Parts: sequence; structure tokens; C-alpha cells
Amino acid sequence: MATTLAKAAESVEFAARLEHVSKSFAGPGGQQLVLDDISIDVAPGEFVTLLGASGCGKSTLLNLVAGLDRPTAGSIATDGRPALMFQEHALFPWLTAGKNIELALRLRGVPKTDRRAKAEELLGLVRLRGAYGKRVHELSGGMRQRVALARALAQESNLLLMDEPFAALDAITRDVLHDELTRIWAETGVSVLFVTHNVREAVRLAQRVVLLSSRPGRIAREWTVGIPQPRRIEDAPVAELSLEITDVLRGEIRRHGQH
Amino acid sequence: MASTETTPAQDAGSVEAGLDALETTAAGRPPFSQTFKNKILPPVIAIAVVLVAWSLLHPVVDDPTKLPSPQDVWSEAEDQWLKGTLLEYIWGSVSRGLLGFLLALVIGTPLGLLVARVRFVRAAFGPILSGLQSLPSVAWVAPAVIWLGLDNSVMFTVILLGAVPSIANGLVSGVDQVPPLFLRAGRTLGATGLRGTWHIVMPAALPGYVAGLKQGWAFSWRSLMAAEIIAQSPDMGMGLGQLLEVGRTNSSMATVFLAILLILFVGIAIDLLIFSPLERWVLRSRGLLVKS
Repeated sequence: MATTLAKAAESVEFAARLEHVSKSFAGPGGQQLVLDDISIDVAPGEFVTLLGASGCGKSTLLNLVAGLDRPTAGSIATDGRPALMFQEHALFPWLTAGKNIELALRLRGVPKTDRRAKAEELLGLVRLRGAYGKRVHELSGGMRQRVALARALAQESNLLLMDEPFAALDAITRDVLHDELTRIWAETGVSVLFVTHNVREAVRLAQRVVLLSSRPGRIAREWTVGIPQPRRIEDAPVAELSLEITDVLRGEIRRHGQH
Repeated sequence: MASTETTPAQDAGSVEAGLDALETTAAGRPPFSQTFKNKILPPVIAIAVVLVAWSLLHPVVDDPTKLPSPQDVWSEAEDQWLKGTLLEYIWGSVSRGLLGFLLALVIGTPLGLLVARVRFVRAAFGPILSGLQSLPSVAWVAPAVIWLGLDNSVMFTVILLGAVPSIANGLVSGVDQVPPLFLRAGRTLGATGLRGTWHIVMPAALPGYVAGLKQGWAFSWRSLMAAEIIAQSPDMGMGLGQLLEVGRTNSSMATVFLAILLILFVGIAIDLLIFSPLERWVLRSRGLLVKS
């Protein structure tokens, strides 16, 4: 399975390259700058988390990378069209879990005869064998996010964008899904750009953590996480680095209360 | 429970399986006795109450030209049945009504899609469509008779003018209520343009569309009955409106009552047999039907 899903990553030097990206929206007081001069490279197979408080433009940034919106300035290049996973599962309730995945396959041009087997394989990857015929409302929150992950993986994109995908889950389920995401990332070799406001989650998952400041969103600092996987969120090195990052993050947030 | 030798991945898998089992509840159909008590018994009681009230009221009014007894209406139904005309009256109206409704469906669906998706069309025709919905389509009977003469095309014209706005408006509100998240998710999967309309917008709008169909049928049936009662001609064939008119000209209140009851009965029956199951199926498959 890992071989069929693994990417031919060697051909390109990046999964996503953002160069001096800025984005402003028309606001009540004229143009409002949301993102300011963001430059990030995501290497093939790399796991990067974008971390920031409210108003850092995380979701705007993901929309830009996903191609749902255009930057005001700068350029964004991705290796193919990225897959996107949302905080809400965004599964289509008129389709079963399996058919949701098959729709992604169909829109990608996978022939009808191959879709069923492929969908079952992806459900197996997220350990939901047997959920093929289940309706979305019959699944728990964690199961829905796993189906959503399987649907995103069905796009066989080289880059998976994740917009706080576990924020609405309970803590136990979230922990388990962290393990699962790490495993699937290792198995498939997909590059991940993962947005969160949860510092420990960022450190638990990523090879690299990028901290964004708020209003406008700028890159405040970057950390390379050298802790070997599999990690647990309770591990001492995870907690230690989280503490360091939290202090910097709080400093960033504090600036906004001082004028 | 797990052995001490499990790898972290196996461990996550087994915890996950446990979580999945804990958070999944088995849902089944309630037993028939419960369905009978909650769904079938109440309307049966309501009908019985109406019949009893009617029987009690009959001797008080004591004038069969104003209020026939339930027995009179029943024997009138029996008469028509034995003459072989009862089913003809009913089928005459039902076939016209369903055919007109299907026509309205064929016209109203693309119209609704156009209004919902094309900004200019919405600005131009949206208000007219909403306005038409509040205009009783009986108003069109007189001009339709003058334009088209006294034949079946009058019936279909009036049905269309009654049902098309309901169906189109239902689809428009269905499309308007599609959560933007579905559209975004669809676009990231590559469903844009017509593919987006077909794979995302149409199925997502289905509940509103079905509600529009339901209302469209009610309007079809109402318009048709009005047209049948007003536009009378031997060329028109048999229908429940004609039956009512026969009762009126023969001063037979029992026939008039029979016609009214049959119109009511058919309207309810079509809704119960076709549209309510369709609506329930759409809502249940999406988990939108709250179990009472």
C-alpha cells in the first residue's frame, strides 16, 4: 500500500514554495493587511505546522496555497493541486463514507472499475475498514475526520493542507488521531502543511514549526523539531519545546494589548 | 488489555477501535406496535371524531339540501361506484394532475437552477417568480379559456402557472442554503463549473428541492380543481371538479360533499404515497430527520 501511495518526490525540490506573499482585504478602514511578506518552503515529504493566535491569517494563508484565493502580492507555487482538510469534516451527507472517497477519485479521473477497491484501501489506511457503506451522520467525530483524511488522500496530491482538523475533537480522540496522522504521513510520504493554534499539537506532529504573529500575519520565528517520532504529547522534550514556543507566542500576543 | 509488547502504532489502532465502538450507537426501526400507536392511531381517531361530530350535527341542521348525512354521501359514493363512474372521475383528475405536475417539474427545475446560479437571471426573474407564487392561479382560468378555448390545455396552463414557481423557488432556496463549506470542499476536489453543479450543488440542494416539489404538487392539485370547477365543457372529459359541478346543477348536496371529500382524499393520498416518503428518505439518509 505504501508503495502505491508514495510520491515520486525526487523530481521536484519543493511541495510548496511561498515567496513574499501578502494579502489584504477591503475593510471598513480601507485596505486591511492580513498577511505580510510570508516566505515558506515545504520540502517534499516534510511536515510543517503553522502556529499562531487568532488574527494571524492562518486560514487565509491555507486558502491561498489551496488556490481558493489569490495573493495580493508575491507568488505561490505548489507541486500539483493540493488536497485540503478542514476543521469541520466537510463530508457530503448525501453520500456514504465510501462514496465520498469515490467522488474524489472520480473527479481525479480514476476509472469506475478501480474506484471501489481504491476507496476500500484508503479506508483501510485510516483503519475504517467496514465503514464503506456508513452514512456520515452514523460516524463519530473522530471517524468523520478520518474519512475526510482518506478523501483528501484520495486526491493523491503531493501536498496535504490541514486547517485545524482536530480542533473540534475531544482530547482522547485527538491524541489517537495524532498517532494516526504521523503513521499515515510516514507511510504515504505526503508533504503536510498543518495549521493550528495548539502549540503542543504543533510540536507533537511537525518537523518544523513556523510561528506567525498576528495582525498582520508575519513569520515571527521558526523551530526545527529534532525529537524522533513516534512522539507522545506528554513527552518531556515535546513539553519543553512547547513551553519555549508558548513564551514567544505570548510575547507576540501581549504586544497587541499595549496600545 | 493489550499485551506489553505492542508497538505504538498497534496501540493507537486498538484504542481507536475502542473509541469507534464506544461512539457508535446502533439505530434500528421501532417496532410496528409503536408506529401504530404514534403514527396511525391519532389520525384514525381524528377522522372518527369528525364523523361523529358530523352525525350529531346532521339532525340539528335537519336539511339534506344543506348538510347531507355521512350515510347519504356514502350511498352516493356507492351509486357512482356501481355506475362505474367513480374511478373515471378520480382517474380523470389524477392523470391530468400528475401529467401537469411532471410538465411543471421539467420546466421548473432548469428555471430554478438558472435563477439560482446566474446573477442576471436572478435579478430579472427572481422577484417575478416569488410574486407568481402568491398569485392564485385560478386567476389565469378566464384568460386561459379565452386564449386556448375550452379544452385540456387550459388545465395544464393553470397547473403550470401554479406549480412551476413553487418548484423553481424550492430549488432556489435549496441552492441558497447549501453550506459554503461544501462548495469549498468540492472545489478543492476539482468539482468546478458544471461538475460542481452536478456533484455538489444539486445533491446538496435536494432537501429544499423536495420541499418545493411537495408544495408544487399541492399547488398543481388546487389549481387543477379550480380550473375543473370553473371551466365546464363536454370536451373536457371527467374529473372531480366536474363531479362537483354535476352535484351543483342537480342540487345534490351529497354529490357535492362526495366531490369535496374525494378532492381532499386524493390530495392527501398522493402526498402520503409519493412526496412524504421521498422527503423522509432524503432527510433520513442525511441524518436530518429527528426521531420523535
